[in-house]
Amino acid sequence: MSERQLGDTILEVNNIGLSFGVMKVLDDISFDIKKGEIRSIIGPNGAGKSSMLNVINGFYHPQEGTITFKGETRKAMAPHVAASHGIARTFQNIALFKGMSTLDNIMTGRNLKMKTNIFWQALHLGPARKEELENREAAERIIDFLDIQAIRKKPVGKLPYGLQKRVELGRALAAEPELLLLDEPMAGMNSEEKEDMSRFIIDVNDEFGTTIALIEHDMGVVMDLSDRVVVLDYGKQLADGVPDEVRANQEVIDAYLGVPHE
Amino acid sequence: MTFFIEVTLSGLMAGVMYSLVALGFVLIFKASGIFNFAQGVMALFAALTLVGFMDEFGMPIWLAIIGTIAVMIALAWVIERVMLRHLVNQEPIILFMATIGLAYVLEGLGDILWGSDVKMLDIGIPQGASDWMLDTFDIYIEKLEIFAAATAATLVIFLAIFFQKTRIGRALRAVADDHQAALSVGISLHTIWVIVWSVSGIVALVAGIMWGSKSGVQFSLSLIALKALPVLILGGFTSVPGAIIGGMIIGVGEKLAEVYLGPFVGGALENWFAYMLALAFLLFRPQGLFGERIIERV
Repeated sequence: MSERQLGDTILEVNNIGLSFGVMKVLDDISFDIKKGEIRSIIGPNGAGKSSMLNVINGFYHPQEGTITFKGETRKAMAPHVAASHGIARTFQNIALFKGMSTLDNIMTGRNLKMKTNIFWQALHLGPARKEELENREAAERIIDFLDIQAIRKKPVGKLPYGLQKRVELGRALAAEPELLLLDEPMAGMNSEEKEDMSRFIIDVNDEFGTTIALIEHDMGVVMDLSDRVVVLDYGKQLADGVPDEVRANQEVIDAYLGVPHE
Repeated sequence: MTFFIEVTLSGLMAGVMYSLVALGFVLIFKASGIFNFAQGVMALFAALTLVGFMDEFGMPIWLAIIGTIAVMIALAWVIERVMLRHLVNQEPIILFMATIGLAYVLEGLGDILWGSDVKMLDIGIPQGASDWMLDTFDIYIEKLEIFAAATAATLVIFLAIFFQKTRIGRALRAVADDHQAALSVGISLHTIWVIVWSVSGIVALVAGIMWGSKSGVQFSLSLIALKALPVLILGGFTSVPGAIIGGMIIGVGEKLAEVYLGPFVGGALENWFAYMLALAFLLFRPQGLFGERIIERV
């Protein structure tokens, strides 16, 4: 991918340190994400990539460092604050609402877009019904975009893995996020499914201008999609830069291929 | 034959009463995985408050009902603030213990506020036998029981629409399915808990009104919670229709057993039949008739 003009910084993490008991999961991590870019976080298993996403969307509260999102600096995010300020995500081990249909999952993604209070909702009348219809239209647009019309009414627990991943992306998109966190969106997929997913990620980024932070193991995909890449290993930051720089970085090569330790 | 139908119908109606209590359990269990031991006491507390508002403050019925609903919502808020919030991510058994504590606190509170004597509750639900049923089919049924059945049906239809068709209903189901994913789409667990405890407080009020109108508001009301337990085992802890149908099966089963088998075993079958049935279900179909099969990985 050619060098693109990147926007202002949307998210900046500074000197993030996260421990569980004596285990240091993240150690002094600092990087930024610019508006409109596709930013990848890579590293071997156990490098702390998912932990990093969990810090960004507020599941984990780091002991050290700060997170600046859209100009506001915090010690830690709370999940609903992150969501209401425009951060949506998918999970490494799909976390869909399994008992619910595809449509209901995506509608749940629009939770924060719907405002009518419980009294109207309980009556299922007036503003609540109008709002329901409007959001239903938005959900249908996402269903069309992801080409999952055929499974609209199916309970997602029974869908094949690749489609579940797609529905999960749909649920995240339903929130119309400014920053979309994708935790291994292509894990366990065959090459055809990977191609589809890559196309969706590029389309989301192009058409909606959504900023994307991506964790992925498939290096081909990462290098193709990403504007910039940050590399973690054992909770430490090894490298940060455009794909070509990272690919040429000796420390990164060592971490991936393994070197004998003196 | 008429006698058989009469027994069955009266069992069905008694079953509806169990269902009303079981319904409150299911709502809380679905949304938070908590088995709320205090559900029966909540029904008692709601009925006590209603009677108190009517008798001691002289409120008209409608105002007393609105007032009691407000009290139950406030109670839900306090429970979330003081109890649930501090027990997030604890073992289910710890939350269960907390609800036992809650049951005693509520029982004591009801006693202090409204006194412990048996009170009559009359909110104008018609009493006595239904003449129409008696004349047309020669079957004896209490009007109150017909009323209770109609109320339960309305409640279930209302809850079904609420759960299936609204944002908050979806959010409730989302929380029941996956806490983390629910958080990630901006659902606040605290709000959901307050809502679900409020709804189940209102269901408790309905149950309290029905039981209170039938047999007076007394502290033994809290013991009907125990009868709801076999209902839940039968119907499945996570199923609203299960709570209703389970209640009816228990109601009919124990009435029929009492009448037809009772004479052979010396009676009092009604008291333990439900538990025997529950035991049989635990052995052969532990997830109940409608519950989700829970497979634990070991």
